[in-house]
Amino acid sequence: MIRAVMLMLALAAPATAEQVVGALSQDRVSITANFDGSEISIYGAVKREAPVPQDAPALNVLITIEGPSEPVTVRRKERRLGIWVNTDAVVVDRAPSFYSISTTAPLDDVISETERLRHNIGFDKVVRLVGAPDSVSNAETFPEAVVRIRQNNGLYTQLDSSIDLREETLFITAVALPANLVEGAYRARMFLTRDREVVSTHETEILVAKAGMEKWIYDLAHNQPLLYGILSIAVALFAGWAASEAFRLLRR
Amino acid sequence: MQIYLPIAEVSVNAFLLLGLGGMVGVLSGMFGVGGGFLMTPLLFFIGIPPAVAVATEANQIVASSFSGVLAHLRRKTVDLKMGTYLLIGGLFGAALGVQIFKALKQVGQVELLVTLCYVVFLGIVGTLMFIESLNAIRRARKPVPVSPPPPKEPGWMQKLPFQTEFKQSQLTISAIPPVVIGALVGILAAIMGVGGGFIMVPAMIYILGMPTKVVVGTSLFQIIFVTGFTTLMHATQNFTVDAVLAVLLLVGGVIGAQIGTRLGVMLRGEQLRILLAILVLGVCGKLLFDLVWMPSELYSLGEGGH
Repeated sequence: MIRAVMLMLALAAPATAEQVVGALSQDRVSITANFDGSEISIYGAVKREAPVPQDAPALNVLITIEGPSEPVTVRRKERRLGIWVNTDAVVVDRAPSFYSISTTAPLDDVISETERLRHNIGFDKVVRLVGAPDSVSNAETFPEAVVRIRQNNGLYTQLDSSIDLREETLFITAVALPANLVEGAYRARMFLTRDREVVSTHETEILVAKAGMEKWIYDLAHNQPLLYGILSIAVALFAGWAASEAFRLLRR
Repeated sequence: MQIYLPIAEVSVNAFLLLGLGGMVGVLSGMFGVGGGFLMTPLLFFIGIPPAVAVATEANQIVASSFSGVLAHLRRKTVDLKMGTYLLIGGLFGAALGVQIFKALKQVGQVELLVTLCYVVFLGIVGTLMFIESLNAIRRARKPVPVSPPPPKEPGWMQKLPFQTEFKQSQLTISAIPPVVIGALVGILAAIMGVGGGFIMVPAMIYILGMPTKVVVGTSLFQIIFVTGFTTLMHATQNFTVDAVLAVLLLVGGVIGAQIGTRLGVMLRGEQLRILLAILVLGVCGKLLFDLVWMPSELYSLGEGGH
């Protein structure tokens, strides 16, 4: 009887015994006039009730940061009558504006395909095409194009083995947010894995918002467009006049 | 120095924008073109979203043309009467052009049509201007003993009704051609997202027969109003005018326009025209190349969906 209970405990242990506790260096990113990207430090620790068994598979950490998701229209060019024109267009239903994956080892060693699917991890899982029109051939190349183009823009990054994990207890990494960020709530998720299975998760949010003059201009442009337009023209006319006067004075 | 643009939502180098504005401003003052046909593609190239680039560029043209026109007004090289007639046509044309643009957008392919418009018009205008000014320079080099050109025969423009005297241009022609030309240029300007100076200037020289020295100032004069109108429409309908981007471009632009106006006085008419022709053909060639050459990325991302 006692032996059976011990066996049960030992079997159940890996699922609950380890917990990830994480934090970010900042949970708010303000986009101001001189915003040139930002770097966020992510750190955390593994909380345990009991010591790790000697024969346990290696512990790994995986961290994702995901920007707000929006549908994206992807267009494909084809040669028609000698010139390249947009022919097929496919709406990719969900694609985060920003996505980064950091790990302690190559992604496939850290987590299995099934677990990635279950927890929505990886470019191929977060950029999703629900249904493409039948008239479009090779529809799967459209979400691939989203990933490729955003990787080139620095919006999607995969940083294998970039997390520093010490003694299977403390971990730290840094993720660079590029300058071309959009506003919104960014979801930061941390996963603890053993034997390519997720054992614990932790989730937090980073709020990216415009601030100061940037916010003022943006709000004015959207709430008072007529006033904003007139102001823009007035500034233009003033600048034109000022330059003209300045040059006249210079010539005297 | 990097600066974040609130409407375009990208971060760019402020000095790069000042430099681009200045360069295009010089051309604007020299040739009486707004410079939009050059600046808009350049802004695409540095990563500004096309909708923001087109709208903000209109605002910048207001500034550089106003700066340029003030310099021309002092030199009395603006035909205000002719400018007003062109402008009346221009505003009607721009309003019509915006409707055509909307219709094209619904059909899709608006980008392609805009590019084709550029290639066709820049190609025609550039080639004609290049040949004409080359001939003019050749004639000037070989001074053939010809008596000054005979007074012009009364052409078709003298036969139309509403004969009007344009003192500054030393012309007496019907008011109909300027209004019609203004309208046609206005339509194109709205579709192509430019001031239209590069079509207006040759039209004034070759169709209306205006003297080169008043053409530039007069073109700038009417561009101010057409682009001002465009800016307002973009600001209220699409929210795509970026004030920070506009200020950076126009600070460079207005200074450039002043320098350009002075450079323009030093060059002779034919030289000025041949330079503009080369520039126009260069841009045309680049756009044509992009259409024909296989792009490195066949896919492009657009906003929204459904």
